[in-house]
Amino acid sequence: MAGTAFLKTTRTAGVSQSQFLGFTKARAIFFLLFAALIAVGPQFLYPIFLIKVYCFIIFACGYNLLLGYTGLMSFGHAAFFGMGAYLCGYAATQWGLPFELSVLAGTVIAAAMGLVFGWIAIRRTGLYFAMITLALAQMVYFIAMQAPFTGGENGIQSIPRGTVLGFIDLSSNTTLYWVISVIVLAAVAFYNRIIHSPFGQVLRAVRNNPERAKSLGYNVDRFKLAAFTISAAMAGFAASLKTITFGIATLTDVSYVISTEVVLINLVGGIGTIFGPVVGSFFILSLEHFLAPYGPWVLLIQGIVFTVFVLLFRQGIVGELQKRFRTHL
Amino acid sequence: MDVYLILSQMTLGLVNGVFYAILSLGLAIIFGLLGVINFAHGVFFMLGAFIAYALGQWLGIGYWGALIIAPLLIGMLGLVVEVTFIRHLYRLDHLYGLLLTLGLALFVEGFIRIAFGPQGLPYSVPPSLRGAVNLGYMMLPMYRAWVVVAGVVLCLATWLIIEWTPLGAKLRAATDNPVLVQAFGINVPVMLTLTYGAGVALAALGGVMAAPILSVDPSMGTSVIIVVFAVVVIGGMGSILGSIVTGLGLGLLEGLTKAVFPQASSTVIFVAMVIILVARPRGLFGKAA
Repeated sequence: MAGTAFLKTTRTAGVSQSQFLGFTKARAIFFLLFAALIAVGPQFLYPIFLIKVYCFIIFACGYNLLLGYTGLMSFGHAAFFGMGAYLCGYAATQWGLPFELSVLAGTVIAAAMGLVFGWIAIRRTGLYFAMITLALAQMVYFIAMQAPFTGGENGIQSIPRGTVLGFIDLSSNTTLYWVISVIVLAAVAFYNRIIHSPFGQVLRAVRNNPERAKSLGYNVDRFKLAAFTISAAMAGFAASLKTITFGIATLTDVSYVISTEVVLINLVGGIGTIFGPVVGSFFILSLEHFLAPYGPWVLLIQGIVFTVFVLLFRQGIVGELQKRFRTHL
Repeated sequence: MDVYLILSQMTLGLVNGVFYAILSLGLAIIFGLLGVINFAHGVFFMLGAFIAYALGQWLGIGYWGALIIAPLLIGMLGLVVEVTFIRHLYRLDHLYGLLLTLGLALFVEGFIRIAFGPQGLPYSVPPSLRGAVNLGYMMLPMYRAWVVVAGVVLCLATWLIIEWTPLGAKLRAATDNPVLVQAFGINVPVMLTLTYGAGVALAALGGVMAAPILSVDPSMGTSVIIVVFAVVVIGGMGSILGSIVTGLGLGLLEGLTKAVFPQASSTVIFVAMVIILVARPRGLFGKAA
């Protein structure tokens, strides 16, 4: 009962279409739409909520690079997200580092952990890979619960926002909003650029046919490890921005709920698409935001969304749009 | 080092080991035939405990009744779940099965939280199993001794059924080559459904047995299933007996760690997994890839 290869939804990236930095006309339009949405967003929604969505977009982009384009399903990204959040918070409070260096610290620790965990996990593929990453992340969770620097149940609190480049004061929500907006647009463009680079092509080859990629002389394991590390780094980066915004890093950031959330975001948005993480993050975080007063109903509804999308819309929202408009988004 | 302390912690660790063995056994049987890693296995374990609690509260049915009723109910629920949901994913990559069962797990956990609240509920030890046995190095509560004995018997019985009965032979054959078995006139789709039902019934039975030991709360399934995943990675899913031995062995290891280096007791199984992955990636009993 061998399954069909996972998620071969994208054809070879627009070789015949003209593109600039990985942007075809369709993707450029979608990107501009997203930018426009960001510009008018604060008129309608609370900016802090939108910032949270943008952080999860960055997180989900990195995750989709791994799941959608390399074909590896990790259930352990909470480890990178959580440790990124902790170290960024620790750097800002205990070491007194400025915004840029704190975020860098969170990103670097996540990348380093990604390198080690990836090295362990890529020894197995498929379901085992998923279980191994989940178990590794649970180990990190238990360590975070006991280690002194995470602050245990209280987490790290009152993390200062600081300034960007030494003169843009982030204490105002509006300023912070525009700074994060620029960052998320850059991150999505970066993600799109990676996917449509020669490196991204090799990742897809690794996903679709590892044996053949190997026979063409590519070191498959090294490419998997590279994708895993980039993906972990993006998780740490996103978590650092979130930590700076909310001024807090807690056990929730490192718990397996975060790992399942990023899977759900990509499943709903569209695994193996560029804008899936954007659409999915808006969808899932809005759902959580508006259902939050109803407590455990969030879990129940998340379960239904998961089930419905797996059974009926495996391509996700953006995947369905791609089919309808016959293009790659 | 206090030998008595080590021995008694390892004996208590064996109790956890029994649950790991029961759960990883069910996971391995389901995976072998259906090719699905059943993320919902943990919530079926949790449901077993909640059914025991609900039967006691609402109908006055005690532990022994629950031990029979809960697995039957959950087994039937498993049949329905396989026919309604899981069956539609066999053609696809196995990872979709994992995602689907994860969705079901979230749904069930949310449902139980809404119905019973998030806090742990007490479930008392049945009167006939109160008291303690003197093992020489410790007083072991009678109930825990019962769990170890009953759990090991249950695991071995399952193993015997699979290895030594005609039904088990069909099961093993279908695991090896479902198309050929179907060609011999055996209804493989029905077998898949029954296997899923039996596997989750086993989990529910484990849940009833765990109810007096662990507190009955909605997240008990998820926390145990993540450890069981590590157990499965360590053992490799190739052999039924292998998953039983691995489950029990890791329970012992956890108990040992509790005695020697308590801070590491919650992480030791994951560390063991890392070591096994580096030294022998296919697991202790796994077949070569």
